[in-house]
Amino acid sequence: MSRLSVSGVWKGYGGAPVLQGIDLEVQPGSLTAVLGLSGCGKTTLLRVIAGFERAERGSVSLGAQTLEDGRTYLAPEQRSIGYVPQEGALFPHLSVQDNVGFGLSRRERRGERVAGLLEMVGIAPLAKRLPHELSGGEQQRVALARALARRPQALLLDEPFSSLDASLRSRVREEVHALLREQGVTTVLVTHDQEEALSLADAVAVLRDGRIIQQGAPTELYERPADERLARFLGAVNVLDARFEHGAARTALGTLELRGEPGHAGGASAAAAAGAVMLRPEQLDVRVCEDSAGAAVEGLRGRVEQCRYYGHDALLHIRPEQEQDGELLLARVHGEQALPIGTRVAVAAHGPVSTLR
Amino acid sequence: MSTLAPSPPSTPRPPSAPPAARWARVWSGRRRWPLVGIAGAAIAAALVLLPLAFLIVEAQRSGWGEVQRLLLRHSVAVLLWNTVRLALACTLLCAVLGVAAAWCVERTTLPARRLWAVALVLPLGVPDFVIGFGWVSIDPALHGYLAAVMIMTLALYPLVYLPVASALANLDAGLEEAARSLGMGPWRTFWKVTLRQIRPAVLGGCLLVTLALLAEYGAFEIVQYQTFTVAIFTEFKLGFDTVAACVLSLVLVALSIAALAGELTLTGRGRSGRPAGPGARRVAPRVALGRLAAPVLAGLGALSGLALGVPIGSLAYWMARGSSTTLPSASILGAAAHTAAYSAAAAALATVLAVPVSALAMRHRNRVTVLIERLAYLPMALPGLVIALGLVSFSVRYAFSLYQSALELIVAYAILFLPLAVVGVRSAMGQSSARLEEVGRSLGARPSAVWRRVTLPLIAPGLGAAFALVFISAATELTATLLLHPTGVNTLATQFWAYTSELSYGAAAPYAALMVAISAVPAYLLSRRMSTLANAERAA
Repeated sequence: MSRLSVSGVWKGYGGAPVLQGIDLEVQPGSLTAVLGLSGCGKTTLLRVIAGFERAERGSVSLGAQTLEDGRTYLAPEQRSIGYVPQEGALFPHLSVQDNVGFGLSRRERRGERVAGLLEMVGIAPLAKRLPHELSGGEQQRVALARALARRPQALLLDEPFSSLDASLRSRVREEVHALLREQGVTTVLVTHDQEEALSLADAVAVLRDGRIIQQGAPTELYERPADERLARFLGAVNVLDARFEHGAARTALGTLELRGEPGHAGGASAAAAAGAVMLRPEQLDVRVCEDSAGAAVEGLRGRVEQCRYYGHDALLHIRPEQEQDGELLLARVHGEQALPIGTRVAVAAHGPVSTLR
Repeated sequence: MSTLAPSPPSTPRPPSAPPAARWARVWSGRRRWPLVGIAGAAIAAALVLLPLAFLIVEAQRSGWGEVQRLLLRHSVAVLLWNTVRLALACTLLCAVLGVAAAWCVERTTLPARRLWAVALVLPLGVPDFVIGFGWVSIDPALHGYLAAVMIMTLALYPLVYLPVASALANLDAGLEEAARSLGMGPWRTFWKVTLRQIRPAVLGGCLLVTLALLAEYGAFEIVQYQTFTVAIFTEFKLGFDTVAACVLSLVLVALSIAALAGELTLTGRGRSGRPAGPGARRVAPRVALGRLAAPVLAGLGALSGLALGVPIGSLAYWMARGSSTTLPSASILGAAAHTAAYSAAAAALATVLAVPVSALAMRHRNRVTVLIERLAYLPMALPGLVIALGLVSFSVRYAFSLYQSALELIVAYAILFLPLAVVGVRSAMGQSSARLEEVGRSLGARPSAVWRRVTLPLIAPGLGAAFALVFISAATELTATLLLHPTGVNTLATQFWAYTSELSYGAAAPYAALMVAISAVPAYLLSRRMSTLANAERAA
């Protein structure tokens, strides 16, 4: 298990640089997801780490070994980094077992290693098949076994699940995740799917316009995103005006506790007296205005304008009564609580909120 | 005024690296070119430029005044008129016949479509001079402009038919349906939408027809029609006037380049692409022929009969008649062996040269490698006669031991058919991909091992196809062979030509039949492969 460090990496192709001073630390044996929209430079970053592209400046190291800096450059074949490209990229002229054995020496290829790898990814019966005879999920597993065959110190996965059907995707994702845990290999996974990044990774690095704008644990990113754009990218949000007093935020939904900023004591870090705070839809509590006993319920009055039903839960769009042209509030409720359009509701909020820059 | 010109947008740049590090970067890792590849590509580029360079050197040997005198002759004007009016008429006829036949086969309910798809392509497998021979040997009165137009149209229309049929088979029906739903009638839809989409294929085919017409010698000699190529051949072979031949060759090259430029500008203006967006392409429904089936069948039958039936029939006739009188089988075997040896060597050379040219252009794309690849296509615009003349001028002045040697003939073939090899290797390189090669390296294989274990096995079938294509073209080449074949050694083409010139049609026929047999196989395979491709796409 080795730590993978990328520091100050610049890379361009003539025009504006694709990577502009990337710093990335991947803890030994952990899985870090690099999350970004297409064209943000995430594939280029993987290619630099793998050695397919040379950085213009900056360094990459794996454990104690420098892979690249101003003076040295190790060719891809000297790096001990496994690479699983999008859609697998299996060698079409080689059988499954020859694909998996490609990186092994002649002697190893004849031994037990290949069979063991196929067993590990659960495709042992397919050893003699050719790639075009496999399903997308099977191809992905072969590509993974092939990359793991040489016991690399680090593994790079480039959108490995994006070509799979939605139904297959979550299953393959779970299996791959379990396998990587078991192998304990330091892994970088590149994806544009925020759900995938949040659910699989130990740490997420968000790449935008060639820069890493935030890196941290999935919960930290979701609860305390670096800016509003990222907040919206990671999921639906409510942005409320707020006045800050004594470490709390006074908003239309009442006085809410402020989350402590990392590196600051308490929640009193908001230097300004006023600003904006962010609430996720699941932080909103929605109840019908009059309960069964006919008593009025506390909370901001509003009316359900839209109800998006997903089965396990539902997202309500609520128009507050006082501010007819204000922003809609988004609230996530359990599926059985999906309310008909037009229902009058009372909205309250719970939990700490984060300030937004 | 305080406003200044807007400052240029500042793109962020990394702080600059020390110069030594920058050099290290250029010469290491991914950007380092394989030296063998560069050497191969450089040789290919040099070989392509060599004949043209020596043509120019030879042409101005007696000074530019002489060049001017040679160019401003009345006979040159006549040749120009002959060549241009032939090229225009033939290209137009080929375009009409090719598009009409392709549309009938691909877009209507024509009976026996598979059969027609093959029959309409097969004339490509018969060398043009054999088609000419077939006609003239049954009707010696056939000569002049109209005979030339007819024979060349019958020989060359498949060059339009093939790309257009493939374009029609792959056409997106969605566009036509959209046009119909917007109120256009079927004819207007054909003119405004269908034709628009297949336009690059039509123009590409027309360019091939024009270039083939400019390069043709044998068929025009047979029907006694004077074009530039015929005149150049006569000047050189009979008049021993190299300077005049070279000057006329330069005019021929200029005409070819003009045709190329014309095609480029026309295609560029009507760029057609698949409409953006996802959505699978839909296959167009076929038009029911109904009562028109009989006349369409008759028309296609007439076209195939004239283009294929007459030459093959007359070959069979002469073979039957000749077999009783003369058939020196020993000499035909010798000629076939020479043809096979020269063609195989040329095919190997052209394929080997094409590999670095295409590989560099695809994997290390930059200005130099792209230029080399473009250069490799240059021989398309150089008639075989011109390449042969250039090589003759070079060897006579600077390397006489090469003059009329087997090596010179092989090199000439390799240059002449390098574009075919490059096209073949290029599509073969598409079977492999940079991504697969990178994966190979990330699995610990060095670049040379990746080449051996990944790239080569994947492109091998394509290399085989490129080899076969060059082999066949070389085996049926006449013009350059007549100029360059080693003295005393005969190939199928030269022996055929010798007999035809003596009007010994019966003796010539077996040679032609053998050449047809050699080249019919790939013409058949080509049409088969096209239809299976189209069917596979349809099934998908």
